[in-house]
Amino acid sequence: MVNMQLTGAQMVLKAFEDQQVDTIFGYPGGAVLPIYDELAKDKDSNKPIRHFLVRHEQGAAHAAEGYARSSGKVGVLLVTSGPGVTNAVTGLTDAMMDSIPLVCISGQVPTHLIGTDAFQECDAVGITRPCTKHNWLVKDINDLSRILHEAFYVASNGRPGPVLVDIPKDIQFQTGTYIGPDTVKHKSYRPKLKANIDKIDEALQLIVNAEKPIFYTGGGVINSGNAAVQLLREFVRLTGFPITSTLQGLGAFPGDDNQFVGMLGMHGTYEANMAMNKCDLMINIGARFDDRITGKIDEFSPNSKKIHVDIDPSSINKVISVDVGLAGDVAHVLEDAIKLWKSKVYKVNKSSVKDWWKQIDKWRKTDSLHFEEDNDTIKPQYAIQRLYELTKDSDAFITTEVGQHQMWAAQHYKFNKPNRWITSGSLGTMGFGLPAAIGAQVAHPDKLVIDIAGEASILMCMQEMSTALQHKLPVKVFIINNQYMGMVRQWQELLHDKRYSHSYTDALPDFVKLAEAYGAKGIRVEKPKDLDQSIKEMIKYDGPVIFDCVVDQNENVFPMIPSGKAHNEMLLGNETQKEEISDEGKALL
Amino acid sequence: MINQEELKHTVSVLVDNEPGVLARVIGLISGRGYNIDSLTVAEVDAEKHISRITIVAPGSEETVNKMISQLERLVPVKKAVNVTYEKRGIEREMALIKIVSTGEKRVESMRLSEVFRAKVIDTTHDSFVFELNGSPRKIDAFIDLMKPLGLSEVSRTGVVAIARGTEKM
Ligand SMILES: Cc1ncc(C[n+]2csc(CCOP(=O)(O)OP(=O)(O)O)c2C)c(N)n1
Ligand SMILES: [Mg+2]
Repeated sequence: MVNMQLTGAQMVLKAFEDQQVDTIFGYPGGAVLPIYDELAKDKDSNKPIRHFLVRHEQGAAHAAEGYARSSGKVGVLLVTSGPGVTNAVTGLTDAMMDSIPLVCISGQVPTHLIGTDAFQECDAVGITRPCTKHNWLVKDINDLSRILHEAFYVASNGRPGPVLVDIPKDIQFQTGTYIGPDTVKHKSYRPKLKANIDKIDEALQLIVNAEKPIFYTGGGVINSGNAAVQLLREFVRLTGFPITSTLQGLGAFPGDDNQFVGMLGMHGTYEANMAMNKCDLMINIGARFDDRITGKIDEFSPNSKKIHVDIDPSSINKVISVDVGLAGDVAHVLEDAIKLWKSKVYKVNKSSVKDWWKQIDKWRKTDSLHFEEDNDTIKPQYAIQRLYELTKDSDAFITTEVGQHQMWAAQHYKFNKPNRWITSGSLGTMGFGLPAAIGAQVAHPDKLVIDIAGEASILMCMQEMSTALQHKLPVKVFIINNQYMGMVRQWQELLHDKRYSHSYTDALPDFVKLAEAYGAKGIRVEKPKDLDQSIKEMIKYDGPVIFDCVVDQNENVFPMIPSGKAHNEMLLGNETQKEEISDEGKALL
Repeated sequence: MINQEELKHTVSVLVDNEPGVLARVIGLISGRGYNIDSLTVAEVDAEKHISRITIVAPGSEETVNKMISQLERLVPVKKAVNVTYEKRGIEREMALIKIVSTGEKRVESMRLSEVFRAKVIDTTHDSFVFELNGSPRKIDAFIDLMKPLGLSEVSRTGVVAIARGTEKM
């Protein structure tokens, strides 16, 4: 490719084009005006870049996350210096913790003003160093194109994550040499994709000999891509073993398949957590032994051998020591594992595994997701079940906010495909769901996209309703309205003697009027009998909807493993609430 | 038995010498709650722009292994290795040590400096500055001996280390 002479601002757009980026989320300001100017000129090109104007830079970051999560592509955002960058920090941190590939381009004050406390100056690379996988401050126009290509490479290779490129305004104006992506090779970053084949064989030996095995899978399977998902399904079916998933892994294996025993962890099913506790072999694929999964570390699955597949070698043996660690990409490792399994004609221990299934089916009979239905008030779980039943054939994309509604959605909405479930798992960011839904809708204009929200969370990025209207994105906001920060209320009920300190929201807006104020449709439902009809109305409406689903205020999320407890010490329902929780457990909140 | 927690580990880190790389390494170490006793850094390959950072950190073997894998997660970090003495590493440090004293004490400090093969690099009628090279333990020992003899100031480089024999990082 010929080396072109371009301005810095032109290089940014050219790099987008060369990296197959056709969609960005952003908000203008003084330090990025040259780039916005190029966007204006680009409007008449034959393949203009689509810029989605958000209403807050946090929204841009979450929208880029929703776009990335739902499409498997890199999400891109463009923000100005100073407050533009600091507003994006929550979204970058969220992407860092949930391993989502983002490229954030930020404007910076001109190079000669850096370090002088200039207007809207902030140390962008300093502030974002711990919340990005890598970041760059561009000081020379002739480094810009290389850095931009490296940024896309780093964001999407290895364990994915957000990166930031900070471009001073004078660099955006200067002219220099643009080089294309094929001539750029990062000088040292080469994540290892394949695991050692002898180690894989060691893992297969454990699988052959297992009597009480379980697959424990996570977001790493989905991040690895569609091939990984298909290979996982093949391998799980080949073995006939039970499989559970973390919050972020939902959809990698079909949620309505009999081999799937439900989500595990703090609010996972009884059968999933008991199987994790009692298994003799745990096969962790793309999950990371998060504290919401393990509960009390010393009592976590005490009698099992453990295999751990992870693209990030630092995740292996970080929290839990394992017997076989396989550092590599899920798809590569599974491909090699299946090949080896077939060529060596390995077999599982069928009769033992059959007995194990009998045990699991007994646990299943506990029906741990059960709740009491009510004719008069809508139970939040019932609302999610109805939403699932009425949307399951439309291949919907579901995002969430953070709280009880998020857990009920994870428990009662069944995902059969990857990338359909988009939630802030690790950082737990209230305000994530609406902008993420906007990003998912941008990536899938003709699909049904629903943000399952709480009435408290939704107010944190409510301004993005305006973005949805402007860009004609028909996202549906389904608010499980319990008037409480329900998850906070639940912990206060269980751990703080029902002192409901500041978890009740007075003076909530009238969500129907609020919807109308934005130019969207508002629907309110208070009775179970009206629910189905109204959900159908929401789905049918061609435009954004805010659905105010008024639910029982006292419902709690069960089952629940209190912090600091082991998997087999799960609380199953309201009657067990008196259970004492240690101070150590309270501190883990 | 030696308390695991008391052990010091020397970790050698090869990095791309690019802006901010030291801040990344230090930020990771402090952000994740590890302690460090010393840290040295200098470019070791001018053509490929590679620097070597040597970190001395207290902690159990397990803690240091975690720190090493976290360090390897940083994009500009090429490799991190535990090169502690017990793990076939060689460690060296240099110190400048100022002694202010006269009479018997002055004579004794001079005599001890010869035992340690320290070099006098500055002197007045009532002061010396010694230059001392060696393992950190040797430098510690010398400083201890100097305390009653008019020890005034110490400046140390921090440890640099490398693996013994043919092994290469
Ligand atoms: C930005 C942010 N601030 C605070 C919290 C702590 N927090 C977790 S859940 C929750 C309550 C959420 O309430 P709501 O959105 O109504 O959901 P519900 O639990 O009632 O379903 C709070 C305050 C958080 N996760 N994120
Ligand atoms: Mg609520």
